[in-house]
Amino acid sequence: MSDIATTEAPARGATQRKLVEVRGLKMHFPIYAGVLRSRVGEVKAVDGVSFDIYEGETLGLVGESGCGKSTCGRAILRLYDVTDGSIVVDGAEIAKVPQANLRDLRPTMQMVFQDPQASLNPRMTVAALIGEPLDEHTRLSKKEKLARIYELMDAVGLARSFANRYPHAFSGGQRQRIGIARALALNPKFIICDEPIAALDVSIQAQVVNLLEDLQDRLGLTYLFISHDLSMVRHIADRVAVMYLGKVVELAPREELYSDPFHPYTRALLSAVPEPDPWIEDKVERVILQGDVPSPANPPKGCNFCTRCPVAVERCHVEDPEFREVQPGRFVACHLYVDPKSGTVEETAASEANEHPTRRRS
Amino acid sequence: MTDELAGTDMSHRPPRNQWWDVWDQFKTHKGAMLGAVIMILIVLFVSIGPWIWQLDPSESPSKAIDLLRGRNQPPSLAHPMGTDQLARDFLARMMAGGRVSIFVGLMAMALSLVLGTLIGVLAGYFRRLDGPLMRFTDLFLALPLLPLLLVMVMLFRETLSQSFGPETGIFILIVSAIGVTSWMQTARIVRGDVLALKEREYVLAAKSIGTPSRRIISRHILPNVLSPIMVSATLGIANAIITESALSFLGLGFPPDFPTWGRLLYDAVDQLQLYPMRVVLPGVAISLTVLSVNYIGDGLRDALDPRIRGR
Repeated sequence: MSDIATTEAPARGATQRKLVEVRGLKMHFPIYAGVLRSRVGEVKAVDGVSFDIYEGETLGLVGESGCGKSTCGRAILRLYDVTDGSIVVDGAEIAKVPQANLRDLRPTMQMVFQDPQASLNPRMTVAALIGEPLDEHTRLSKKEKLARIYELMDAVGLARSFANRYPHAFSGGQRQRIGIARALALNPKFIICDEPIAALDVSIQAQVVNLLEDLQDRLGLTYLFISHDLSMVRHIADRVAVMYLGKVVELAPREELYSDPFHPYTRALLSAVPEPDPWIEDKVERVILQGDVPSPANPPKGCNFCTRCPVAVERCHVEDPEFREVQPGRFVACHLYVDPKSGTVEETAASEANEHPTRRRS
Repeated sequence: MTDELAGTDMSHRPPRNQWWDVWDQFKTHKGAMLGAVIMILIVLFVSIGPWIWQLDPSESPSKAIDLLRGRNQPPSLAHPMGTDQLARDFLARMMAGGRVSIFVGLMAMALSLVLGTLIGVLAGYFRRLDGPLMRFTDLFLALPLLPLLLVMVMLFRETLSQSFGPETGIFILIVSAIGVTSWMQTARIVRGDVLALKEREYVLAAKSIGTPSRRIISRHILPNVLSPIMVSATLGIANAIITESALSFLGLGFPPDFPTWGRLLYDAVDQLQLYPMRVVLPGVAISLTVLSVNYIGDGLRDALDPRIRGR
């Protein structure tokens, strides 16, 4: 346990040092068509995303299927060659570095994948899977490596006797633990959890999330927690970013976002969370969005959300709202939010949508 | 599965070599074990056999009278498998022929496998190479085989014979001719599998660790395309033996007096009704070899897949 235990664990979300800074990240996938395979357009999976992640905190990234959450996570790890933007991880700018030079930076940032079945090579034993990062980046002797593998297995709660087994012999939760152990092998600072619980049984989800929190406390890890499970994000995240069609529409500390969402999309998303109490459940007014998410290959003009927004005004169809800090620590990209200090219209866009809200900035 | 149990159980049993698991599973596959035993017997027959049974496979009696008396003999103690139409001992010819046939089969299979896997993996893994390499494969598939072989033999027979001696020269020529004209199926199958495999999350996970492409291929891609490679390998041996005999038959392969199983088969076909044993023996030998290789391949494929292992 020596390695793991010596890392000093700061309180969750305590330090204000930015570990990850993402600015204007764009990830466009070209579409080729026709006989000559000419480029006819691009899927704008991630289209100008900016956020910071502070050391030791958990940033939740939520949104519906296909909004670019996973692509965003993978682009930050440079598993793709990003189209544009800047990514600074632990002081190093990595957005434009060629893949070969990234190798030395890889140990700092690791990833836990969505499907624990698919993310483990079926032909490798648990020991070989967890040992793979060690083979790549360290020169440990066989004995030291085995000791480290056992240490990691202990840390994620896997019995040491499992070391010789193959992934197919495990349950989903155990497989995800193997994936987490592999991500921890190189003592990373920053881990992207790409829907780590989406493929798991509900009874196992809590175990895995608790394990992640526990490891964060012990090792001082920083997480980007990608999920579509809003209640789980509320449980684990310190701040939450909401994505819609390749853009972050709102970013705020957890409690404020859940109690008082600014963006109409966030409101719709949160109102979809089921309420366990049937008495309250009956009274909940749901914001039900009409239509489908537009194709990221052909996003609407103006605000991306304007085609489905229940409160959209004319301006929303023309001008793309800027992602701006409206209150300390709270960011939103919506024309309808206006600062209370400027004395005009409050953020209650839903109730006053019929009047034209005055612009805060023009 | 308590911690205590895990501690005592595990600290004394470090991960053992995976090949032991493979061997344990292989042993349970009856067909594969039988195939392996038969294959070993055949290999012993053709490799050690000539040391024990020292008659010359390609020498006919020099006197005409001996030749006439000694030819087409039925099995006897002096000639356990009889003699052929030139009074040569058939057992010795079977041994010498098997040696060449099996060696040609294995080498040609290995060559076509290496070529096919290399091209398939490169085309599947590196998008830039996909187009050129697959068109190259199409080109080879479209080539008419016989004229190509004819040209190869015409061009290279003399030079190879001069530099390696007549037999080794022809051997190299035959092996490379068969290998170079039979890798395309393997390449296509492997490419298809690699295309699917490289999008799997464990390849992505390896990339996120910073594993370079060559090690991703050797560690994650190759072990997982082993099954189709195995299947084409076992089929490849059979194909190579048969192609070799076809080549010999056409006079493009080994010289006529040089025995191979295919050659023996073709020599005996016109006297099939008079001396059926001379067709049956090499035929059975080829079939047994192919069949046992197939079973070994089957068992090996199962044994190499941990998901099937232990069932």
